[in-house]
Amino acid sequence: MLQVANLEVVYRDVILVLRGLSLEVREGQIVALLGANGAGKTTVLRAITGLLDIHEGDIAKGTVTYNGTEIHRKDASQIVKAGIAQVMEGRRVFAEMTVEDNLRTGAISNKDSAKVKDAYNRVLEMFPLLASRRKDTAGYLSGGEQQMLAIGRAMMANPSLLIFDEPSLGLAPMLVAQIRDTIVDINKAGTSVLLIEQNAKMALSIAEYGYIMETGKVVMDGDSKKLLADEDVKEFYLGLHSEGGERKSFRDVKHYKRRKRWLS
Amino acid sequence: MGFVVVAQVVTQAPVERFLNALGSGVALGAIYAMLALGFVIIFKATQVVNFAHGGLAALGAYLVSYFATVSNIPGRWMGDISVTLQWTLSALLALAVMAFIGVVIERITIRPMIGEPLFAVAMITLGLDLVIRTTTNDLMNNTNQGLGDPWGVLVVEIGFFRIAQTQIVAIVVLLLVGLLLARFFKTRTGLALRATAFDQEVAMAQGISVGKVFAIAWGIGAALAALGGIFSSVAPRGAGVDPFTALIAFRAFPAIIIGGLDSIKGAVVGGLIVGVAEVLAGTYLGGVAWLGIGFGGVVPWLLMMVVLLVRPYGLFGTPEIRRV
Ligand SMILES: Nc1ncnc2c1ncn2[C@@H]1O[C@H](COP(=O)(O)OP(=O)(O)OP(=O)(O)O)[C@@H](O)[C@H]1O
Ligand SMILES: [Mg+2]
Repeated sequence: MLQVANLEVVYRDVILVLRGLSLEVREGQIVALLGANGAGKTTVLRAITGLLDIHEGDIAKGTVTYNGTEIHRKDASQIVKAGIAQVMEGRRVFAEMTVEDNLRTGAISNKDSAKVKDAYNRVLEMFPLLASRRKDTAGYLSGGEQQMLAIGRAMMANPSLLIFDEPSLGLAPMLVAQIRDTIVDINKAGTSVLLIEQNAKMALSIAEYGYIMETGKVVMDGDSKKLLADEDVKEFYLGLHSEGGERKSFRDVKHYKRRKRWLS
Repeated sequence: MGFVVVAQVVTQAPVERFLNALGSGVALGAIYAMLALGFVIIFKATQVVNFAHGGLAALGAYLVSYFATVSNIPGRWMGDISVTLQWTLSALLALAVMAFIGVVIERITIRPMIGEPLFAVAMITLGLDLVIRTTTNDLMNNTNQGLGDPWGVLVVEIGFFRIAQTQIVAIVVLLLVGLLLARFFKTRTGLALRATAFDQEVAMAQGISVGKVFAIAWGIGAALAALGGIFSSVAPRGAGVDPFTALIAFRAFPAIIIGGLDSIKGAVVGGLIVGVAEVLAGTYLGGVAWLGIGFGGVVPWLLMMVVLLVRPYGLFGTPEIRRV
């Protein structure tokens, strides 16, 4: 469904942030993309969804293919029309607008008002809380509610692939669990998911497959079960490293760095 | 142009004098509000400070003069219609042409500059202003061209209250513009504009075509600038469009700042405050010799400075929390 191949992204013509990154999301899957701060996760999202331009970023090499068509030269609105929506890092709701208007923006590229109405009703069904706060200003919602709104807004586009960028960031554990369940529900209803997270435990608990990236490259990938069982993953991403022991840089784990893999 | 105040009859009783000045001030404020609205819509949507606003105002007024008095378009094809209708149609046509010009300007000079420093874009609009003004001045042979409006210098009198017909029209038109904009912002396109104004990247992520939004904002902005230019070129503010008409945008500037660069509501409130303040100052302080005769024109700027000291973002502007 989605193939990212050998992607290289450069910011301002000089800062090379992605260095030959490849990944794949198959129809119906939840795929996790894990990595520490600054690894380049959000950059991957921008490259897929056509948002590099306004960050003065460029795809120097590589391709992004969606359902067989190359999309890396298309602009953001075309990519949304092609069926890829996103829930951005930090929720990013339109704080001055009502909940309802926020949701409407998610379907703005859709001229078919009957379909929009359907999507709207589905979203309100999924998030009854949003239904009760339809007329409220989004900026006054709590963090968790705003995350629901951001997800609902993305769902308004009827995406076939939904990309989440750190949806659990800054949320209490109970809310994280709620978001996780929501993602599972969305996936069950037929939307494929690329889940970008630092919370590896949460992400791998629902993903089928996972990629771990560091400084712009995938350093490890595999079935979630396998990743969850991996000693290094446990140490670096699941916080299970021995108490007091000095936390090595991930860089030091040689076999990750040596592994070079190209996904076609 | 100049600071003509209608109904400034010294023999009036204080209350009457005040109310007449107030009416006149609100009408002037309506003109400033139109200009400010256009400016703010462009700024909100595109973050561009449009220094070509004055040029657009003058060009719009000139087009009305051309359509209404020189070529009688579209009236010449309409058979027997009233003068008022004929003029209104010409004015609407001029506004449509100005909206189109706004779209073209955006496409040719602004769109290629997306992502470039805003300062550079502002400088481009400054150059644009020069081009538009020079062209407009040439078109009108550097002389005053009457707009041929059906109201002329006619005045409505209700008891002691006197107000020029054009002033009533200006106020009504501002109300109409306000209503239309309020409705527009609820439509899909209006929603796209609000979303883009709030956060361009998030708007793009929702599939909003930001380029289209920019074009629409410039279209609306240019038409509103023209509207301001038209009403400042008819009595009692002016006697036609001339090479000084473009300066009206400069005079509306305090209104924009007072209201807050990025606030629609602020544009209207700021416009009205400045209009009223200017006329009241002209009425009551015009005779105070040591203040100078043009003091009315200075008051908006003083007011602006005071507001900026207390609220650096204007009355309704949002503090600069620019989302990255
Ligand atoms: N517009 C930009 N210009 C220059 N460098 C950038 C830009 N955006 C991101 N970077 C750099 O690219 C690298 C990757 O950033 P990115 O935001 O993709 O990482 P991330 O994995 O999403 O991090 P986080 O977990 O903190 O969100 C970082 O070093 C960052 O400083
Ligand atoms: Mg990120």
